[in-house]
Amino acid sequence: MRQRSTSRAFYELISSMRFAISLLTVLGIASIIGTVLKQNEPYNNYLNQFGPYWFPIFEELGLYAVYNSAWFLLILAFLVLSTTACIIRQTRPMLKDMRSFREHAKEASLAAFQHHERLRTALPTDNAAQQVQAYLAANGFQSRVGAREDGVLLAAKQGSWTRIGYFLAHSAIVLICIGGLLDGNLPLKIQMALGGKTTTSGNQLISDIKPESRLGLDNWSFRGNVFIPEGKSSNVAILNVKDGILLQDLPFTVSLRKFHLEHYSTGMPKRFASDILITDKASGKTVEKTIEVNKPFEFDGIMMYQASFEDGGSRLHLLGHDLRSGGKAPFPTDATVGEAIKLKRDGLDYTVELGSFRPFNIENMANEEQVETSAVARLEKHLGSGARSVSKKDLRNVGPSFEYKLRDSAGQAREYQNYMLPIEQDGAWYMLAGMRDSPAAPFRFMRIPMDQDGKPDSWFAIRSMLLDKSRHAEIASRFVATALGADAGEKVRTRLHETTQKTLELFALGGFESLGKFIESTVPAAERDKAADVFVKILEGSAWEAWKLARSVAGQPAPELDQKLGRLLRDSLNATSDSLHYGAPVYLQLTGFEEVRATVLQVTRSPGKPVVYFGSLLLVLGVFAMLYIRERRLFVLIKHSGDALVALSANRKSMDVEEAFQRHRKAIAALLEPAATPPAQS
Amino acid sequence: MDIAHSGTPSPLRRIGLGDGLFALALVCAASFALSQYGAFMDIYDKAILVAVIPSLAAIGWAWKPFRVFLAAATALALLSINLYGGDLARAEQAFFLKYLISSQTAIMWMSALFFIATGAYWIGLIARSDFAEKTGSALTWSAVTMGTTGLLVRWYESYLIGTDVGHIPISNLYEVFVLFSLITGLLYLYYEGHYATRRMGAFVLLVISAAVAFLLWYTFSREAQEIQPLIPALQSYWMKVHVPANFIGYGAFALAAMIGVADLLVRKGILASRLPPAEVLDDVMYKAIAIGFAFFTIATILGALWAAEAWGTYWQWDPKETWAFIVWLNYAAWLHIRLTKGLRGPMLAWWAVIGLLVTAFAFVGVNMFLSGLHSYGSL
Repeated sequence: MRQRSTSRAFYELISSMRFAISLLTVLGIASIIGTVLKQNEPYNNYLNQFGPYWFPIFEELGLYAVYNSAWFLLILAFLVLSTTACIIRQTRPMLKDMRSFREHAKEASLAAFQHHERLRTALPTDNAAQQVQAYLAANGFQSRVGAREDGVLLAAKQGSWTRIGYFLAHSAIVLICIGGLLDGNLPLKIQMALGGKTTTSGNQLISDIKPESRLGLDNWSFRGNVFIPEGKSSNVAILNVKDGILLQDLPFTVSLRKFHLEHYSTGMPKRFASDILITDKASGKTVEKTIEVNKPFEFDGIMMYQASFEDGGSRLHLLGHDLRSGGKAPFPTDATVGEAIKLKRDGLDYTVELGSFRPFNIENMANEEQVETSAVARLEKHLGSGARSVSKKDLRNVGPSFEYKLRDSAGQAREYQNYMLPIEQDGAWYMLAGMRDSPAAPFRFMRIPMDQDGKPDSWFAIRSMLLDKSRHAEIASRFVATALGADAGEKVRTRLHETTQKTLELFALGGFESLGKFIESTVPAAERDKAADVFVKILEGSAWEAWKLARSVAGQPAPELDQKLGRLLRDSLNATSDSLHYGAPVYLQLTGFEEVRATVLQVTRSPGKPVVYFGSLLLVLGVFAMLYIRERRLFVLIKHSGDALVALSANRKSMDVEEAFQRHRKAIAALLEPAATPPAQS
Repeated sequence: MDIAHSGTPSPLRRIGLGDGLFALALVCAASFALSQYGAFMDIYDKAILVAVIPSLAAIGWAWKPFRVFLAAATALALLSINLYGGDLARAEQAFFLKYLISSQTAIMWMSALFFIATGAYWIGLIARSDFAEKTGSALTWSAVTMGTTGLLVRWYESYLIGTDVGHIPISNLYEVFVLFSLITGLLYLYYEGHYATRRMGAFVLLVISAAVAFLLWYTFSREAQEIQPLIPALQSYWMKVHVPANFIGYGAFALAAMIGVADLLVRKGILASRLPPAEVLDDVMYKAIAIGFAFFTIATILGALWAAEAWGTYWQWDPKETWAFIVWLNYAAWLHIRLTKGLRGPMLAWWAVIGLLVTAFAFVGVNMFLSGLHSYGSL
């Protein structure tokens, strides 16, 4: 007995409105967590974010995949349970209520309605009843006549379908939740628990993956990605689960003929499309198809979507420039994007990990000029068409670029980003070489100046001379000879020679930074600017001598000094100074490439989809029925005595109930007492 | 104050000659659009266009002033298109384009008119001036007309940039803010007519003004008004149904919240003699939340259908989706409490006001603070 009352109380609780509202609230709050914390990131990111103490705690709480965690599914399960219980509890009384006309209602209870009014009738009861019945029918009411001793009661109702709305909307919730569960990762979890499947690491060849990490063709619910480079094919999908992967066998093979990547002139992506060939394993049947974003394709019950694209292993031709002092001549090497190459030569011991390659880059090359204008002028600028750009734009394709990590033998790595083509900045052309110490930092760019031939060679030559200590004495002598006339005294010559050599020594150590520190520590504050000027002049002169020297060593004619050359020398000094902080002994110049693209298709089998869609349809119908079909019950009691009573009830209190009551009351009063009714007033 | 109601049972029974002409005009307009621009539409676009006709006709039949508004906005848009004559540069040369009905100028006019309307409604409320309230009403009608013209012309301008760039202007945060202002304005005007009171305008126009203020800031300091082409995920006919349905939801929720503020003030005795009685406000609040909830439900489902096509899954707990779900839960709970528990009073008003904060976060906050698939308009 006690047992029964407990289960009864439980049933009462979960089918109660209070419980349902609490569930909705808890569900809402729980959902917020997953929007604040990025979901399904690589576990390393979380480890970095939370540290070793919190990371396992949050993992245990399932915060990295909130919507798949056991506790979240439990809340959803309770919602389904509560809604189901609510439906079961309401069905009987609601259906009964829907069908009933309540034609045996007592006069006293009608008189207790909020909307009721006593009327008189001059007509005989039967006649009055007929007229009212006709009125009710004309106004969309179904009615039933209840004869009683003192007269007749017309019980009418309309809009009972609103009750059906309740069933539709609430069963829709249950259906959507069930469908969602079928398509979520619960089936996968069950397979892993019962079928002994375990995830494996993503860093291995597909052929090495063991059967316990492969899911068979009989798997009826999955979502995974297929990666296919151009000209290659694949017959497995990769499912990311927690921190590992599972492999899903597909009943067909997909080959990528070509991946189309189109852009607008602004550089924004315009179209991603994969020309694929599908070969069914069982029948050998083939289908050719182009899959695009927003245009998926279904084959064998599996939907395929254009999810993203990646580099499929583009081949890059590189030229390595040794940046160490006295470095060797440039060396060519080839590399494939996504792979790593060893850089082991002349005492270098590095690994180059080629991260990405971009065949083009659109940049806004306009110089932002900040001109203060009046409010009217600013407004005027914003009038006209929405097609016009208010700020000046100069979008240009600045050519290909690639990124790589350079890892030393101790495992330390820095990231680099180099452009293939020179880029014009402030009227001169440069090769941009970017570097950063951490992935979070922006790239800092070294600007390598281009010479008259449009090549970086002059800079490399000047640089290697300036940084080569064994050349400093010679450069200093040449500079002194040029700077001082033949009549300068020996003492002056020696001093300038010493200063120049010292300057070159400091510059070779750490560029302008070393010189700056030297000036700060030795020169009084008032004279620092002047001293800096002197050092810069010496450096520029030395750079000029260094270049002439480099050219004579290479057997080239001496250059003529002009304004352009002056700029080149200053830029060379800047770039040389920056190169001392480049953090790598080698600069990899991109000289050519063969691009290979790869597509990433998402493949899914989602058995819950029709259920969810059907549930959604029911939900819409239900919501509209509940909110917009108004249930009204109108009672008209006509007594033999000539007394009458009109009463109206609605399932909801709202202002239009009163309005409807007044309308019906007036009309019925006019029917019952035709003579006494004054002309209609509005 | 009397709350006059139309005394007839179904508005559709009062279809007159004007309604017939209106429907005929809509059919002609659709045929013209199909013949003129059909080449830029796929079968779904055409189906949507055809389905829009009976919807607009029904709105016009149930709400007569809507017909005038639609005719005016269409006429202005056609005039603007005619003045453009296929050349974008005309926006700088033709006086009427530059200062009246090019898209940006029309949207600027909309902004100014909404601001002035807000002022007029407040003067009307404080000074009990019928004239000021009528002025506010007329200004609001003008504002929604200019805004609609602006969006229609913007649609055309986007095709003038390039046929591959052209698209319906509801694709980024800037464009949907215009849409939000328009829809909230129209919903308000409907209730103003239905309840025959202009007293709620002062409050509802405040939220529209806030949206317009944001829009202006977004234009002047972020240059967000420039028409941008669509990324591949957005190139779909689904946008035409998903986004407007969503903004009927947002607009209605915003309106309900402002009515909630008025309701709370009236219950505290502030402005009580000037504002409509609490039961009227309560009724408007319910109606707005009901229509908002119904359309928000449709919008979310349409979004799920679109997501299934574009991203391969109908629901993946992307921050925008999750927040839409939270908004939906919030108003579902509100409706349950009111309809099933029969609760009335300040608590529901407070709840509607707080609901606006949740809605605003789902609308703008997600783009600002969270990252996800819906990041089409970052700030």
